[in-house]
Amino acid sequence: MRLRFQVTRRLEPSASMVFFVSVLSLLLAFLVSGLLFAFLGISPLEAYRVFWRGAFGSLYALSETVKRMIPLAIIGAGLAVSFQASVWNIGAEGQMLIGAIVGTWVALFSPLPPSLLLPAMFILGFLGGALWGAFAAWCRNRLAINEIITTLMLNYVAANLVLYLILGPWKGKTVRGFAYTDPFPQEAWLATIGTTRVPLMTFLFAFLAALFCYFLLTKTTFGFELRVVGRGEKAAHLAGIPAQRVVALVLFLSGGLAGIAGVGEVSGIHHMLRHPAHISLGYGFTAIIVAWIARANPLGVLASAFLFGALMSGQDALKVAFGIPFQVMYILNGLVLLFLIASEQLLYYRVTLRVAPWGEKEDEYDRVLD
Amino acid sequence: MSTIGFWISGVVGRTLAYSVPLLLSTLGEIYAERSGILNLGVEGLMSLGAFSAFAVTFFSGNPWLGVAVSGVVAGCASLVHAFFSVTLRTNQVVSGLALGMLGMGVSGVLGRDFEGKVLATTLPVFRLPFLSALPGFEKHNVFVYVSLGLAVILWFVLFHTRWGIVIRSVGENPAACDAMGVNVTLVRYACVFFGGVLAGLSGGYLSLGYRPSWSYGMTAGVGWLAIALTIFAFWNPFWGMVGAYLFGILYHFSFRFQAQVSPELLNTLPYLFPLVALSFVSRLAARRKVGPPASLGVPYQRGSS
Repeated sequence: MRLRFQVTRRLEPSASMVFFVSVLSLLLAFLVSGLLFAFLGISPLEAYRVFWRGAFGSLYALSETVKRMIPLAIIGAGLAVSFQASVWNIGAEGQMLIGAIVGTWVALFSPLPPSLLLPAMFILGFLGGALWGAFAAWCRNRLAINEIITTLMLNYVAANLVLYLILGPWKGKTVRGFAYTDPFPQEAWLATIGTTRVPLMTFLFAFLAALFCYFLLTKTTFGFELRVVGRGEKAAHLAGIPAQRVVALVLFLSGGLAGIAGVGEVSGIHHMLRHPAHISLGYGFTAIIVAWIARANPLGVLASAFLFGALMSGQDALKVAFGIPFQVMYILNGLVLLFLIASEQLLYYRVTLRVAPWGEKEDEYDRVLD
Repeated sequence: MSTIGFWISGVVGRTLAYSVPLLLSTLGEIYAERSGILNLGVEGLMSLGAFSAFAVTFFSGNPWLGVAVSGVVAGCASLVHAFFSVTLRTNQVVSGLALGMLGMGVSGVLGRDFEGKVLATTLPVFRLPFLSALPGFEKHNVFVYVSLGLAVILWFVLFHTRWGIVIRSVGENPAACDAMGVNVTLVRYACVFFGGVLAGLSGGYLSLGYRPSWSYGMTAGVGWLAIALTIFAFWNPFWGMVGAYLFGILYHFSFRFQAQVSPELLNTLPYLFPLVALSFVSRLAARRKVGPPASLGVPYQRGSS
């Protein structure tokens, strides 16, 4: 007789298990980054305290958290759809910037009457981001270029376009040499909730986007088709599903949502087009994790976006209190991702201890699994 | 020297200098992908290499020590990716992205105090007989020659040695290799490690040789370009070399137009070239029926296929 670990495969992990594992990987990531703080000469406990206060400690802190949650949720909902289709859109950052550019053009240079400014900004901003995303789909479908490469490269292109505009043709006449545009007219500003800096409309958009994507994924034929495409294009082809069209629509949608998030930032927060690093605090990249941690479920994205909004504002407080550079966010994000994918194994395999008679061959158990 | 000669020497010299980091990291990615592991963390590994090389050289005054450390640090960091994608069999895209974020984050946080610092010693100019007399080859450090030689050696190893056959087979059909007694796990770990070392060295070249300095973001997407170039090169070190020099010369010419076109618009070109290049190559690849290694991105589990 001897003790053996037996590994059995679960078919579908329960929702509570998913939640538990996600929280656990977050906590682990926090613990490890505590080591980093200690290494930088900051007491980890003090750092956690400052972090908590910065994320939830006051109404102001909470509003900062929600302010960051909004773009993460809007982009994350689109990325959830795209990940369900196994389309790796790594270009939300660029799609968001394009949305911001288009929104800025409408606000500053379009001949529209003031009352139409905001609707036009959001509609055209959506289209701008959507087409920027759809270009990657075109590259994948027509030219057979992997969308990871395309979307990533287009991030750099979009950032340089913003820089070009704010340093060149769109440079503000009233800003005295600073690299941003003139401020938007008041009609192009989003109203905020109470005394906070949280724009009401994009706050609602975040919930609408999540609901829309959830509905699309679970209740429509298109949602079914895109999930089949996500399991493999060959299977989709055999089932008569036009995979290329699905890929194009998925990139169109996720790009468009990123575009909306971009408009939301310029019209709700900054009221001008400015340096790409200010418009997006890495939202496009963080949203990848937001969607991933929610297991590509758009409703789950709302929760994980709030969590990462809190991470971002807490991290801001750390930056102010201890002078930690902003890149600490990347470390935290990377750790969360690593712990998450490591815990996938925990989710799908149940490890139990059992008593096995001597001489039993290991492989026999492994075969039971599949 | 005549004007033409001066011009040629300028073009060749700058092209060679630009191409080195691209070539090194592409060669590394080719080996990792040939063994079946997609590593999207190259950019982060390069940044880690650039920072560690700079920091070590700053304190020790010895650039060679910095070069060595950059390779070791990035190689060890890439083992994280190997552990996740080979041992834990996780999604390689996510694991690679996570590694990239960690690399950027760690180098950014630890490297903040080194921004703007000046090195007392940097990589010296290295001269080879005959070769260094050619126009454009006069003033380079040893990396230019090493990367060129490495491309040829790695091409030879991959296609004309037993090791190369093993690596390529592991990337095509790991189950068959396993049945033949090849240690699939070891080969994949080794290739990912090697890829990480080369990515780190290319970062070390950036911070010690190309423009001796450290600043966050100095890798400027070269790591991502390397991933594009790997596809462009059909996973072949020889074409990787051709591609790296081609991209190098294109960048160089795009910088020459700064008087006519705004630098921000010119800066978009390096990121558009790969798309244009890949669009040509992908058709060629489809016609000649060459594609990525069959098991690229697919974790191998004994007995499950």
